[in-house]
Amino acid sequence: MTLPTRVLLVDDEVEFATTLAERLELRGLAVRVAYDGETALHLVRENPPQVVLLDVLMPGMKGLDVLTRLHETHPHLPIILLTGQGTTRDGIEGMQRGAFAYLSKPVDLQELLRTLEEAMEQGVQP
Amino acid sequence: MKEDFDSNWADQTLNVGRYRTLQRKIVILIAVAALLPLISLATINYYEHHSALMVQVQEPLRALVGKTKHSFELFLAERISAVSFIASAYPMSQLADTKFLARIFQTMSQAFTGFVDIALIGEDGSLLSYVGPYQLKDINYTGQPWFQQVLIRGAYISDVFLGFRQFPHVVIAVRHIEADGRAWIVRATLDTTQFEHIIASMGLEAGSDAFLTNRQGVLQTESRRYGHVLDQLPFALPPANFEPNVQEFQDNGGQTYFLSLSLVGHTDFVLVAMKPKPSALSILYAVRKDLVLVFLAGVVLIFGGVFTATRIIIQRLRESDAQRLAAIHQMEHTQRLSSIGRLAAGVAHEINNPLAIINEKAGLLQDLLQRQPDFPNKERFMQQIEAILRSVDRCRGITHRMLGFAKRMDVKIEVLDLNAIVTETVGFLEREAQYRNVTIEQRLAPNLTNIPTDHGQLQQVILNILNNALAAVTDGGHITITTWDADDRIGLAIGDNGCGMSEETLKHIFEPFFTTKKEKGTGLGMSITYGIVKRLGGDIQIQSAPGKGTTVTIFLPKRPPEGEGVQP
Repeated sequence: MTLPTRVLLVDDEVEFATTLAERLELRGLAVRVAYDGETALHLVRENPPQVVLLDVLMPGMKGLDVLTRLHETHPHLPIILLTGQGTTRDGIEGMQRGAFAYLSKPVDLQELLRTLEEAMEQGVQP
Repeated sequence: MKEDFDSNWADQTLNVGRYRTLQRKIVILIAVAALLPLISLATINYYEHHSALMVQVQEPLRALVGKTKHSFELFLAERISAVSFIASAYPMSQLADTKFLARIFQTMSQAFTGFVDIALIGEDGSLLSYVGPYQLKDINYTGQPWFQQVLIRGAYISDVFLGFRQFPHVVIAVRHIEADGRAWIVRATLDTTQFEHIIASMGLEAGSDAFLTNRQGVLQTESRRYGHVLDQLPFALPPANFEPNVQEFQDNGGQTYFLSLSLVGHTDFVLVAMKPKPSALSILYAVRKDLVLVFLAGVVLIFGGVFTATRIIIQRLRESDAQRLAAIHQMEHTQRLSSIGRLAAGVAHEINNPLAIINEKAGLLQDLLQRQPDFPNKERFMQQIEAILRSVDRCRGITHRMLGFAKRMDVKIEVLDLNAIVTETVGFLEREAQYRNVTIEQRLAPNLTNIPTDHGQLQQVILNILNNALAAVTDGGHITITTWDADDRIGLAIGDNGCGMSEETLKHIFEPFFTTKKEKGTGLGMSITYGIVKRLGGDIQIQSAPGKGTTVTIFLPKRPPEGEGVQP
């Protein structure tokens, strides 16, 4: 089991994103944070991460649209969706659009790390 | 306020008095509309018959009086002629001879019945000769009114008087004037028995009356009602002329008559005939028995029809009102559930984000602390953080359930054995039941049809209800689970002998956040249960009485709910 080294976290909630990023960095991951979809797409183009953590509910470009765009340009990039509770439908739609998995917020860190490992195993880029 | 309004509305709608008023109004309206023409027809008909009948009664009376008047006139004219003939045919000298006069009187009596005596009177009023039962001599009539009358008018008929042998008589007097200017008067007395004969020949019916009076109302013949000859009539005579007329007349006894009267020519007499006026009832009875019958039958039929029709209409109205009310209550219930559900979902969503932040912040704090070397109170800090994380977890559970209630969860329909699900679910609670010495009895119908349903959700339903039942019973209580085949559905009943619920609680049982468990419950269990059962196409009912226990009955369809495909 290996954890990815480069992770992109996309979430408009600054407090949430920075805190989660710091916790992941404490565990040895290099995390970059984008607060909106446009920035996320730009960062991926500049330097593709190994895994993307993507919030579904964002102002501006919607999470699912970001997912679609990323999947077109980087079909092998594993994307894990973070959904609000009860929005299982969004999660399922995301899966159909090519997301690797979906987790509902508040996220259990252990479950997140486990999912990241799985993503690394199954979604290894060539 | 809304509750008040609703209950007022319901009171008004289902108020029995309101229907009674309505019914009365309709009955009156229709009855009036239907009866008015009938009554008008009957009234018109009655009056037409009435007037026809009156004519029928009056005309014969008028004719009879006319005929009888002529009889009287003829009778009297004959007698006057006879006396007049005697006065003219013989010279005064012969008439003055009593023997001669007696012979003439005898001849006259043979030709004309009724003469009693005859006398010759000079123009000076002295009695010249007399033949008759009285011994009259040396009488002078100058002062008598009739004498003056006969001198002026030439002929005179007196009123009736009681004469010889107390029989009623009239006097007929005729004046004769010779060519030389000498005048004399022949006076004859007539027995009026003949009058009675003429009256009798009218052939009067019972209750009718006819008589002669003079103009002062003194009877000249016998009357059936008003007494004997020379009695005064008890009423004033209406004006009369020579043509008989008919008028209504009410006598002192209060009875109404048709009265016909006519003057008799050359005399002071008035011929009167009267016949009782037929009473209104007797007209109806005599003439229109069939009319009355048809009218009464019509009235009965109309009222019967109106009452029956109105009762049916009102009954329908009542039923439809009750249905409408029930539908409104049902709609209100559903709307309340769904609006509370939406509110819950909104609240859950809003809480979710700050909750995620708290979760991460506390997590980071924990991470940082773990990487610190020991310092005073480190362990206590760690304990606080763990408590925060546990609370976040609990919050997550609550929002999860709130959203689960509000959102349509994905239903996975499979064909399953309900009995198996029941037995499996009971297994979850067996330990608690045993610990509290509560018996859970399963009365499951064998060979129950498998139904298309969602395993997990149905399990949650059963679990919720069983949990409530366990909370309701005291230690050593009893819970019964029954399943049965109910035509196109499967029935599942979970009953307990616990504390039961008040009607008020029962009314709110499916509302979210309604709880009787205080801090122990979220108030979502039964509303989620309700939502799931509805989603599965089923129905849920609760019977409960305080102190007697509660029975929750669920019906699940044997066919899959619409829009939910069956997965293998």
